[in-house]
Amino acid sequence: MSLIEVRGLRLTVPSAAGPVNILSGLDLDVAAGEAVGIVGPSGSGKTSLLMVLAGLESATAGSVTVAGRDITGLGEDALARFRRETVGIVFQAFHLIPTMTALENVSIPMELAGAPDASARAAASLQAVGLGHRLTHLPGQLSGGEQQRVALARAFAARPRLLLADEPTGNLDAATGRMVMDLLFAMRETHGTTLLLITHDPALAARCGRQVRVADGRIVAPAMAGAAA
Amino acid sequence: MIALTLARRELRSGVRGLRIVLACLALGVASIAAVGSLRAGIEAGLESEGRRLLGGDVAVSTSDQVPPAALLDWLRGRGATLSTVVNMRSMLVVPGGDRQLVELKAVDAAYPLVGEAALAPAGGLQAALANGGLVAEPLILDRLRAAPGTALRLGQASVVLRGALASEPDQATGAGLLAPRALIAAATLPGTALVQPGSLLSYDVRAVFPAGTDVPAAITALRAAFHDAGYRIRASTEAAPGVARFVDQTGLFLTLVGLTALLVGGIGVATGIRAWLEARARSIATLRCLGAPVRTVFACYLIQVAVLCAGGIVVGLVAGTGLTAAGVAVFGSALPVPPRMGIYPGPLALAAAYGLLVAAAFALWPLARAANIPGAALFRDSIAPGAMRNRGLVLGVNAGIVAALVVLLVAASADHLFAVWFCAAAGATLLLFRAGGTGLVHLARHAPRLRSPATRLGIANLHRPGTATPLLLVSLGLGLSTLATVALIQGNIRAQVLEQLPSAAPTFFFIDIQNDQVAPFRAILAKTEGVGTVDEVPSMRARIVSVNGVAADQVKATPETQWALRGDRGLTYSAVLPPGTRLVEGTWWAADYDGPPLVSFDVGLARGWHVGIGDVIRVNVLGRDIDLKIANLRDIAWRTLGLNFAMVASPGLLARAPQSHIATVRTTPAAEAPVLRAVTDALPNVSGIRVADVLGALAALVGKIAAALAATGSVTLAAGALVLMGAVAAGQRRRIADAVVLKAVGATAGQIRAAWLVEFGVIGAAAGVLAAAVGTGASWAVTRFVMHADWVFLPGVLLATVGGCTLLMLAFGYLGTESALRVRAGPLLRNE
Repeated sequence: MSLIEVRGLRLTVPSAAGPVNILSGLDLDVAAGEAVGIVGPSGSGKTSLLMVLAGLESATAGSVTVAGRDITGLGEDALARFRRETVGIVFQAFHLIPTMTALENVSIPMELAGAPDASARAAASLQAVGLGHRLTHLPGQLSGGEQQRVALARAFAARPRLLLADEPTGNLDAATGRMVMDLLFAMRETHGTTLLLITHDPALAARCGRQVRVADGRIVAPAMAGAAA
Repeated sequence: MIALTLARRELRSGVRGLRIVLACLALGVASIAAVGSLRAGIEAGLESEGRRLLGGDVAVSTSDQVPPAALLDWLRGRGATLSTVVNMRSMLVVPGGDRQLVELKAVDAAYPLVGEAALAPAGGLQAALANGGLVAEPLILDRLRAAPGTALRLGQASVVLRGALASEPDQATGAGLLAPRALIAAATLPGTALVQPGSLLSYDVRAVFPAGTDVPAAITALRAAFHDAGYRIRASTEAAPGVARFVDQTGLFLTLVGLTALLVGGIGVATGIRAWLEARARSIATLRCLGAPVRTVFACYLIQVAVLCAGGIVVGLVAGTGLTAAGVAVFGSALPVPPRMGIYPGPLALAAAYGLLVAAAFALWPLARAANIPGAALFRDSIAPGAMRNRGLVLGVNAGIVAALVVLLVAASADHLFAVWFCAAAGATLLLFRAGGTGLVHLARHAPRLRSPATRLGIANLHRPGTATPLLLVSLGLGLSTLATVALIQGNIRAQVLEQLPSAAPTFFFIDIQNDQVAPFRAILAKTEGVGTVDEVPSMRARIVSVNGVAADQVKATPETQWALRGDRGLTYSAVLPPGTRLVEGTWWAADYDGPPLVSFDVGLARGWHVGIGDVIRVNVLGRDIDLKIANLRDIAWRTLGLNFAMVASPGLLARAPQSHIATVRTTPAAEAPVLRAVTDALPNVSGIRVADVLGALAALVGKIAAALAATGSVTLAAGALVLMGAVAAGQRRRIADAVVLKAVGATAGQIRAAWLVEFGVIGAAAGVLAAAVGTGASWAVTRFVMHADWVFLPGVLLATVGGCTLLMLAFGYLGTESALRVRAGPLLRNE
């Protein structure tokens, strides 16, 4: 059964030089528990696809169904609730709140959802990524690899069904990047989370069960097999 | 110089981030420059209009004595042209019976020696006053519904209204507080029979010396010749001493308000410069990496800040000058004298100096911190200044700048002590709000865990690293403290003048009752319905000549008691202790005492003049000096508006002096008009002053003062709002970033909005509570020690302060939050 069903997705944004088509009728199905690597040149629309799937960009046309729910017609608040119930996101630039400790950064989505044990679950999640000793540290006091591990802990803490990762190793050195990705794939496997991973790294893409190539806002090379995740 | 080159290159990209700094400085400097320029303009107006306002080169007031021939001969002997006027109060009655208290001026044929009186319909003053003519302020014509040609009764005379008095040359302050003005010819006065022994009136002789006379020398000679006569001799430079004092005191107050605005703006300067330098942290770190020493970096940014501050000061000076001109154009007629507008370099230089010192005091620290950003910071995620190596030097220089500011302020103020207290209060308030901010952060950090995630997030925002909580608290709190202080002082004035007085006040004061009229006066009241208590005492005018042998103008009195040494004072006598009197020291004289004159003196004035029992006050009554020995001191309840006299003499000598009587009468509202009519019809020389009219005039005056206070207080609040805008704007980038991430991890707009409103609401409420406390303390101090009045607690004003503060903060928070929420998350979350 598909966790993600995208049909005829179009995304057009205004610009000074006129409207720019970023996604031009894109179709995509991702099965529950599947790991999909999305590759393609810069500016091809990979990140925009991820943003639309997270409900952070609104589609101009087409339908996007995630976990059985068409999110294209949802309002801002419904989308926010959808994200905290269904989606975890990991960014290349980490996007931690700089004035919150590691523990607060991880617990905030669960706190917003009203989870009474948010703090304990956040601590456990940080423990799982090897940062149990860094709970009270601010992002500025952590290395890049540690910050991305906090972001991973935040993304997985609420047990989302879908994990969206946008170049999660882009800001890290090779060794740290490898370590973070090992952790990401291990956690995904543990929790059975569906993964959509954007990357320029062929080796990383190859760790996904399927690779999808995006160019000019369309999928041009679907269903290419990769290594088992 | 490399720093100059670097500064010039950076300045090419503009100073967009420093607009708030420019606005804060400009606002503060503009308000000080405007106040200074207006004050200088009024003083120049007083100087240039002095002769006109005085009515000549010199004016001699002989109080209720007819100017003696010796005085007139002395002046004529120097070739002076003379004019004598008589000032008094009287009732003007129309044929229908309506009547109006007027400030009556009887002028001779030479009046006015300087300037012209303007009439409506236009015409010559002397022609209008001839043959029993009278001109009066338009207000009198309106109230009596009288047109030119109407016959009116003035005392025992019939006069003819010849027109409206549009303006009289020798009038500085417009209509008097008690009554509007009416003019008659001196020749008409005897027929009115208003001049009786002991009548409350004053004679003024004005003189214009021939061209070529050394006027100051002539006045010095005049003073020497009549030193012991007890006359009040004024030169044209002292034409309106009351106005000059008012301008001095108001100028000081407004300057301090402007300075408060500038100090609040100083916080904006510090915040704005810090935010601007933070945005340049990478450039600074790069410069340091490339070998720029701390001194070069400091000089580079100091030059840029100096250029901008100079711009802000210039804008402030131009705006201040423009504001004064615009204000005079709109409100000029309400000012005591027409100001002489122009560019006054002194006040402008002073405003610029204040601006420069405040800018330096607040800019130095962030500049020094930024210059200490190490080159190695480039290799870290967050670029922050390192340990400041020259911390002691920077602190020392900053302390020097603050000291210079205090010295300048105290030196430039007319009341040095008040200025010192202002500096101390401003410093203490600043520290209080800073401590309040730290305390709030501490409380938020240790607050119990709340159930609502949005509230929890809001409270947590108060104490996160780099929180703007203390800054927001200070910037809003200082402005609101000033406004709360001003509102409470104004509320106290209103409460005391308008709310406390009337309950105890009589309905009427009747003046100029002659000895033989006391019995008929009491008889009229006895048979008029609705008349309550009637109190009546003898009354005469006395001028303080000396205190213990020290001339009145040399007595070292406290500022708040100096008024009693100037002009005429009321004096009465009594054989027995007046009812309601509370003796504080000494004993009352025997009822049949007939020895050397004794006096019972007001204890407050006695303390202020540093005199006590046994000391001697020499007074001049009707041209004769009388020594009064203090026998006892009384505590006087002035606010009852009863028949209170600072000096009550023993009978005997004074009982035999020419005198009139003054009475207070309480009536029911329905009896007011019949009582006034009955008394002034039967006793035409007696004038009735309706206390409600005086209170009405006071209410109007208080209203004007309140409006002026509110306007000046608003300047400080505007400065606070500017700083607040700057602070909110400086934190907006972080707010947007936080909002985007929070949205990405599932926060709804409502939750984000609620969290920020909790954060801003708590800061606003805390600032409001502190501002209310500061306002209470400051208004208590000013009311108690400057105005020497009782202070009343006004919870309504305080609640409005706290509520207004919270609402204002919420409004700013809401605006910032909404604009942050409108930002689309996608573009910001994309990889950089």
